[in-house]
Amino acid sequence: MKPHHGAHTSNTYIGAHIERVEDYRFLRGEGKYLDDISREGQWHAAFVRSQIAHGVIRSIDVSKALAMPGVRAVITAADIEGDIPTIPFRRPNPTIGPYAQPIIARDKVRYFGEPIAMILADSPELAEDALQGVTADIEQLPVIIDCKSAMADKSLLFDVTGSNLASIFNADKGDVDAAFAAADFIIRDQLSTQRQTALPMETRGLLAEWDAKNGKLTVSGAAKLPFFNRSTMAAMMNLPETAVDYIELDVGGGFGARGEFYPEDFLVAFGARKFDRPVKWIEDRREHLMAIGHSREASCDVELAFSKDGVMLGMRGDLFLNIGAYVRPNGMTPVRNAAQFMSGPYRMPAIHIAAYACVTNKTPAGTYRGPGRYEGNFFIERLIDQAAAGLGVDRLEIRRRNLLTHEEMPYSLATVLPSDGRADTQCDSGDYRVCFDACVQEANWAEKSKLQGKLIDGRYHGVAIGCFIEGGASGPQENARMVLEKNGDISLFAGSSGIGQGIETILAQIAADYLEIPMERITVFHGSTNLLKQGWGSYGSRATVMGGSAVIDACKKLLALFRISAAKRLGVEPDAITIAEGVARLADGRSVPLAEVASDHLEVDGSFKNQTPTYTYGSAFAHVAVDPGTGHVDVVDYVVVDDVGRIINSMTLHGQVMGAAVQGFGSVFTEELIYNDEGQLLVGSLADYLIPTASDYPVVRCVSMEQFPSPTNPLGAKGAGEGGIIPVGGVVTNAVANALSSFGVQPKTLPLTPSRVWEMIEDARVRA
Amino acid sequence: MSVRFEVNGKSVSVDVSPRTTLADCLRHELHLTGTHVGCEHGVCGACTVIVNGDAVRSCLMLAVQANGAKVTTVEGLSPEEGLSPLQTAFKTHHALQCGFCTPGMLTTIHALLSEEPNADEDRIRDVISGNLCRCTGYITIVEAAMDARASYQQSRGDKE
Ligand code: FES
Ligand code: FES
Repeated sequence: MKPHHGAHTSNTYIGAHIERVEDYRFLRGEGKYLDDISREGQWHAAFVRSQIAHGVIRSIDVSKALAMPGVRAVITAADIEGDIPTIPFRRPNPTIGPYAQPIIARDKVRYFGEPIAMILADSPELAEDALQGVTADIEQLPVIIDCKSAMADKSLLFDVTGSNLASIFNADKGDVDAAFAAADFIIRDQLSTQRQTALPMETRGLLAEWDAKNGKLTVSGAAKLPFFNRSTMAAMMNLPETAVDYIELDVGGGFGARGEFYPEDFLVAFGARKFDRPVKWIEDRREHLMAIGHSREASCDVELAFSKDGVMLGMRGDLFLNIGAYVRPNGMTPVRNAAQFMSGPYRMPAIHIAAYACVTNKTPAGTYRGPGRYEGNFFIERLIDQAAAGLGVDRLEIRRRNLLTHEEMPYSLATVLPSDGRADTQCDSGDYRVCFDACVQEANWAEKSKLQGKLIDGRYHGVAIGCFIEGGASGPQENARMVLEKNGDISLFAGSSGIGQGIETILAQIAADYLEIPMERITVFHGSTNLLKQGWGSYGSRATVMGGSAVIDACKKLLALFRISAAKRLGVEPDAITIAEGVARLADGRSVPLAEVASDHLEVDGSFKNQTPTYTYGSAFAHVAVDPGTGHVDVVDYVVVDDVGRIINSMTLHGQVMGAAVQGFGSVFTEELIYNDEGQLLVGSLADYLIPTASDYPVVRCVSMEQFPSPTNPLGAKGAGEGGIIPVGGVVTNAVANALSSFGVQPKTLPLTPSRVWEMIEDARVRA
Repeated sequence: MSVRFEVNGKSVSVDVSPRTTLADCLRHELHLTGTHVGCEHGVCGACTVIVNGDAVRSCLMLAVQANGAKVTTVEGLSPEEGLSPLQTAFKTHHALQCGFCTPGMLTTIHALLSEEPNADEDRIRDVISGNLCRCTGYITIVEAAMDARASYQQSRGDKE
């Protein structure tokens, strides 16, 4: 085992259980979220959305709406000069160009909920009232709602392309045909995960202000990617980047969906500029469900090849991802991720996976925590448990034999083409058996496994264990500016953004340790484009590693300047000085504290460049009890053990893991965005989209390790915001299958609603 | 319409249209933006305030219905400076991440523990199961509430 990362020895804050700085304002009700701000004379926006999933727009009549009280304007595609702008991709590839989303529908609507007009009125109520005053004459076209009909090309969403396939990603490695030819055992299955969304508790919203005198646009309500969105907005508005600012406020949850560039972002800003008025927009929950990025609708037909003793030889097959009507900025991420990361933590010498991105008449997809990885993990873990049974190999043993070891690092995953800039990737560090064994211990598998398939008090018990990797530290760079204030305190301006994860605390901890000063003397400002020239944000579990490493660079630079300033004051060479705990000292006992050089206006820019992702890895255990009478599943125990390279804040880390695990239970059991055959979304409120509540899943235990630091960054840390959700689908479903093994039930489709579980049991009874 | 009620110990009088919800009235007329709105249809609990001692969804109540009532919001649960014992327990147990559900959680738990300072874990879970949190997974919220009971037991003891 490697020693703990020794880059810095005097840690007080890093690794500790530190209470969060941001909590104080949140707990007092003093957080500032988008709807908490208002501007004098602002107008409110509301969107008219297509109620038809696929059709040709014949005409749109806004006259009634315009005549309604308080209505100032109605914007339709006709008000946009020239071509309707489309939203650019964050990770482009050669085939997706024609599928980009226009910011408003002009000739055609392609999903239920697509914006066709924007009302601007004096109050949100009046704007919403006026929605009924807009009538659209839309000629319906045949609706495509699943990948199968999409691939049959019976109706085309985009006539120009002649296809409903936006992209096909191929993940390849080794000689897969040879692997299957040599196999002793092959397992094949068709499995699927359902359409979901991230569902942050705060709905989306924006406030756009146009400063006509200076030609400047300010957009409040940024999250995730303020700098990318600024350049996108500037380009679409034909403004220089410096004429646009994105301001971050407090954000009520992100989870991959909030903060991407959506059509409404442009339209709200367009209205503000056109009418020289602040325009504010907050979506309601129904709108949120039909408009924010969906995710996770995926199916597979995949097979795994094994030797007779359970060694994995190869994996091949097809994945189908229903990406909805357009390719959104990160719409391909789940597709390419599912292909590349399906092999997960396992040694897989040969791979050929084709992942089809199918366009359909549903809300366009984007990312949701663990994009593509959750889906891929569900597929492979289901196959592994079935293979274990077929081969007669123990379920633990089959995993342990195939988990990657320290000696194999770095380990290359499959190459994914067409390249979106990350065709190749390597697991960075770790011994994946270590977390696995720790999880087996922590879960008390020896005892718990005795319950497998047992009927106790009318419920069948089942257990399972599954393994995962989580990609983090998305590149390419992050920046941090540090200023020594007059009173000797430090202001830290970070390009990373806050999405509820505690970035103010994490970055202050890192800075305090590297500067060796109390954390209270550091104030973190983040996520707004007016704080520093360039930054990236918080996505792909990157803020701690990328933002934190940029902070370290800034600390080093600030200490170097401090040394020079102190040397001048003491009249010595900088080399003569030792700096410790915020004080520059000489051997003769003379010293200068940091605060004393504040008049020198010390200010530094730190940055960290890195294109190599980190891979947190771990194992999860589930114990479930299934009521065969109702189909209800109780999660009796759930344990997750991961190795994050280096823990910065054990409290927030566990918060991430636990919160993600519980989200995962929602994915497995209750959450589903259901459409009818006409492509209408049937889920319109939180009473139909059922996320976990406090009484549903009372037990999640997590253990985090830091045995194998990541070699990719000075902290040795790995991104850890998403891992908690990745294994949940696979391990919980395997536990359910294990519980129902006496019936021979093999779940293929999520979610495992009580009725679906009950039906599986009944079907098995009929078969028997 | 003019409505008069007491908010966080202060008497207020506001002019609202009949359809204005108590949530909107608190947020937009009285600028008490600690009360959040997550669904506007009574499911998420983010908008929970305390009306005459009961936890109430302010998105489902009209402002005019509050006429003459005593309303407490998260701002009213906060001491002049610092944090109440319940708020402190939330911080210690990391019972919040994005903070959006937090005001509703605090008001709901405050109303519960003021009435039932000995509520057990099941009771707490049951009561807050009407408040949605997407970030935490609830486990730490329940721990915080359990931990905060002592201060309610105490203050009740003092009063009696
Ligand atoms: S906003 Fe009132 S319950 Fe959701
Ligand atoms: S802390 Fe984010 S919703 Fe509860």
